[in-house]
Amino acid sequence: MPWRKRTTTGQALSAAAIHGVLLAWCALALFPLYLVVINGAKSRRAIFNDPLKLPTSDTFSAKGYASVVGNSEFPLYFGNSLVVTSVSLLLILLLGAMAAHALSEYRFRGNTLLGLYLIVGIMVPIRLGTVALLELMVNLNLTNTLTALILVYTAQGLPVAIFIFTEFLRAVSREIKDSARIDGLSEYRIFFEVVIPLVRPVIATVAVFSMIPIWNDLWFPLILAPGQETRTVTLGVQQFIGQYTVDWGAVLAALSVAVLPVLVMYIIFSRHLIRGITAGAVKG
Amino acid sequence: MNSKYLVQALQSPVFSKLPGSLAVLTLGLCGVATAAETVITIESWRAEDQVIWDEQILPVFEAQYPEIDVQFTPTTPTEYDAAITTRLSGGTAGDIIVCRPFDRALKLYDSGYLADIKDLPGLQDNFSDVARAAWSTDDGSATFCVPMASVIHGFMYNKTAFEELGVDVPNTLDEFYATLDTIKEEGSYIPMAMGTKDQWEAATMGFTNVGPSFWNGEEGRLALLSGDEKLTNEAFVAAFTEIQKWVPYLGDGYQAQGYTDSQNLFTLGRAAIYPTGSWEITGFQENADFELGAFAPPKLDADSTCYISDHTDIGIGMNAATENADAVKTFLEWTTTQEFASLLTNAAPGFFSLSTNAIEVENPLAAEFIAMRDTCESTIRVADQILSRGEPALGTQLWTLSANVINGSMTPEEAAEEAQSNLDAWYTP
Amino acid sequence: MKTSRGRALDGAVPRKRIGTSRRWHIFVFLAPATVLYTVFAIYPIVETLRLSLLVEVDGSNVFAGLGNYARLLTEPFWAEQFANAFWNNCILFLLHMLVQNPIALMLAAILSIPSLRGAAVYRTVFFLPTLLSVVVVGFIWQLILSPLWGITPDAMKAIGLGSWFRPWLGLESSALITITLISIWQYVGIPLMLFYAALLNIPEETVEAARIDGLNGFWIFWKVKLPLILPTLGLVTILTYIGNFTVSFDLIYSVQGGLAGPNFSTDVMGTFLFRSFFGFQSQSGDTHMGATVASALFFIILIGVGTYLFGVQRRLLRHEG
Repeated sequence: MPWRKRTTTGQALSAAAIHGVLLAWCALALFPLYLVVINGAKSRRAIFNDPLKLPTSDTFSAKGYASVVGNSEFPLYFGNSLVVTSVSLLLILLLGAMAAHALSEYRFRGNTLLGLYLIVGIMVPIRLGTVALLELMVNLNLTNTLTALILVYTAQGLPVAIFIFTEFLRAVSREIKDSARIDGLSEYRIFFEVVIPLVRPVIATVAVFSMIPIWNDLWFPLILAPGQETRTVTLGVQQFIGQYTVDWGAVLAALSVAVLPVLVMYIIFSRHLIRGITAGAVKG
Repeated sequence: MNSKYLVQALQSPVFSKLPGSLAVLTLGLCGVATAAETVITIESWRAEDQVIWDEQILPVFEAQYPEIDVQFTPTTPTEYDAAITTRLSGGTAGDIIVCRPFDRALKLYDSGYLADIKDLPGLQDNFSDVARAAWSTDDGSATFCVPMASVIHGFMYNKTAFEELGVDVPNTLDEFYATLDTIKEEGSYIPMAMGTKDQWEAATMGFTNVGPSFWNGEEGRLALLSGDEKLTNEAFVAAFTEIQKWVPYLGDGYQAQGYTDSQNLFTLGRAAIYPTGSWEITGFQENADFELGAFAPPKLDADSTCYISDHTDIGIGMNAATENADAVKTFLEWTTTQEFASLLTNAAPGFFSLSTNAIEVENPLAAEFIAMRDTCESTIRVADQILSRGEPALGTQLWTLSANVINGSMTPEEAAEEAQSNLDAWYTP
Repeated sequence: MKTSRGRALDGAVPRKRIGTSRRWHIFVFLAPATVLYTVFAIYPIVETLRLSLLVEVDGSNVFAGLGNYARLLTEPFWAEQFANAFWNNCILFLLHMLVQNPIALMLAAILSIPSLRGAAVYRTVFFLPTLLSVVVVGFIWQLILSPLWGITPDAMKAIGLGSWFRPWLGLESSALITITLISIWQYVGIPLMLFYAALLNIPEETVEAARIDGLNGFWIFWKVKLPLILPTLGLVTILTYIGNFTVSFDLIYSVQGGLAGPNFSTDVMGTFLFRSFFGFQSQSGDTHMGATVASALFFIILIGVGTYLFGVQRRLLRHEG
């Protein structure tokens, strides 16, 4: 029985304690973010004169926010970031889940070896291979295309995805899949209709795990697609960071607005965590 | 593909006599029917100069050479060196590369990424040997960047605060510390805005700023190169000792004070003196609401010479792999002219053109800095030429060592000792 | 049977055996990921690591065997940095294990209480810092901890602890710990989500059975839930281990700069690697030594992951079985 329904004082106390802990961490998580948001709307002088103060009519500077919302190029940058992140994510999730499913479900020679091979990529930052990657992209005629970024991010995200998926899939009971086989479902249908729903909570985890580094990455856009047409948000914001002068108000504003799309993506994905419970109930 | 041969044909003797513009135009007409103009791009780390280039410098060039479209595409300074090396080796870098001075540009030239532009007429006529040296091979047989700008180190001060406290601009070390003491005793200002967190301030605004007074500028620097002097000699230890003396005048918690913090501390009017260089002028005049002044690093005593670090900082060169060599050369030739020198010096005050042409500096604060050239001997940053070629590079090491000295985790003698022994590990004069 | 399955996967002509044709799906499941990953991740990395066996002599690469590795381990300039960075990484890992993961586990345990109100809101809030770019995180924490702009010093003064304030990010003794705490603040959301997903997967019946046995909330978590999510605990440990070597770079580079000051006290393998490979300020990069550092990093991580896969994970799975 959920304890909420029993109204003894002890339960109420522990409920209060629980919310106390959660709220304390919320405060810790939100306070710096609050500073980011209010200071993004202040002039440089005002940020450092009194960082805790809300912007007043004197210190208000919408320059940062305006440069993101008003700048005619930022919608393009946002579009690029969205395309790159969502397509890469889709590929990582689909290809990663397929590979992990095969690795955890079927026995074949070289299984362990292939499994290891598919995760060694976690161990060295792919950034090190930049020169070879750039040469490859030049040969494929893909520089300054979003495709180049998508390919790299997918390759970069796959190892972690496969790693996490495999770990979880190994723990999923075989009975459901076997009973689906007895029902005559093809292996592909088993994957899409049985396995995918089962790993929904994990999909959400992997999605969130993978999308953040892609969205926030500066390096590969800088090297593979620095052109005006293919610039991402993170790269676009860099125009505010100079050698000696950094427009901090604008950087804070631009980067906090830039968080919104990932936040929406996060909320969408994390709802699958809830749906996962229902799917899990079937299993249990 | 065809255009490659065209470029070669156009570079042949017959065509090379044609003005670059015409050649480019011909190429445009024959090659791609739609593009009437050549687009060339400039790679730079000066992200804050975007507006200056777009609105003040490039329009002047493009008005004279309408068939060349120049685009300024900077990269964040912290990523520039890594990004440009990668792009050059991958073959995707822009046509024009803005060069760091000395070994970093030399390395790009040695790797075949920068073209030798020694034959550029203006390069020989309009620049001194000293300026060219920053972007030439050691034997001087090749020059790979047009010297563009230098920055002058020194101190900025809050004129309003100085008047308020009735202190004078110091000339000698004694006066310098007397001024600092007065400000400290009075207590309404932090005497000096400097921190050690980002380390480069300690080395660049500290050690290489005031050090030349002790090692007599170029004399000491060249003696270090020839092996006649060592970093453990008195002059260099004295420079470390000097920055250590600054500690009582820095703000509380200077160990966690970064470069941005120092800038803000000064421009918000909370600190009176700021060891720095001319590169700050634009940003500071925008942000400070008091009057700014500048003074040169203090002399040892009234009779000695003053020395300034007049650092050759920015050059501009040609990507060896560019397909628009003629257009690039046309542009680079233009950067050797007095017109460009004057445009740059006045659009980006504090970045002084290295051209030998006389240029009138309009910005008063920038004029104060450039006037130091008349009263003081110029030298360049001590570790930049040759001494940063090995492992560890002296230039980078000075960052850590200077910060350590100010933080008190090393004595000046220990810092000098370590610098010299690391240098000995790879450098033979 | 196993043999024919393996062949099918290896792309050899499948044997005409009953069942062989049905094994094609394994190939279909694995091929896209493997191909993409091989071309755009493994190939470039191998190209780079190959450089660790070469040295540049007069502009051309010459095979040098393990010479670069010998330099890394014996030449003081390299060996000192390597040892220091590795040691700092160990501290970083330990702190994440002792602070970040317990906090994440505790918060996940609370969030997974079925009747908790507002769980979705809490979860979103806890995850917000993770979404931010390190540029913002670095800036805002420097502002908060700065001795100059008053946020922390004033707050500590207000509660009578003013004299305890130190410029933590600038002191050799505390910079690394401070950076680690910032990193924990930002990334706690990730292990939190992994734990949370695992806890949600525990069937309600199991918990209910324990309740009927008379266990209360804490003991249910300790005796029933925790053993069930042990594999996730292992997974989080290994991801922390890997992230500690790779992800930590961005934050340190952004907050403390490429020289990872003060006096290299926050230098980790990531920053060391970046400096070696691309150079920093007047120190020019050395592709070959950079590749050597990268390979060393690779082996360090490989040992950790290997230990996990063949030691810990096997045991955990056996437990479960």
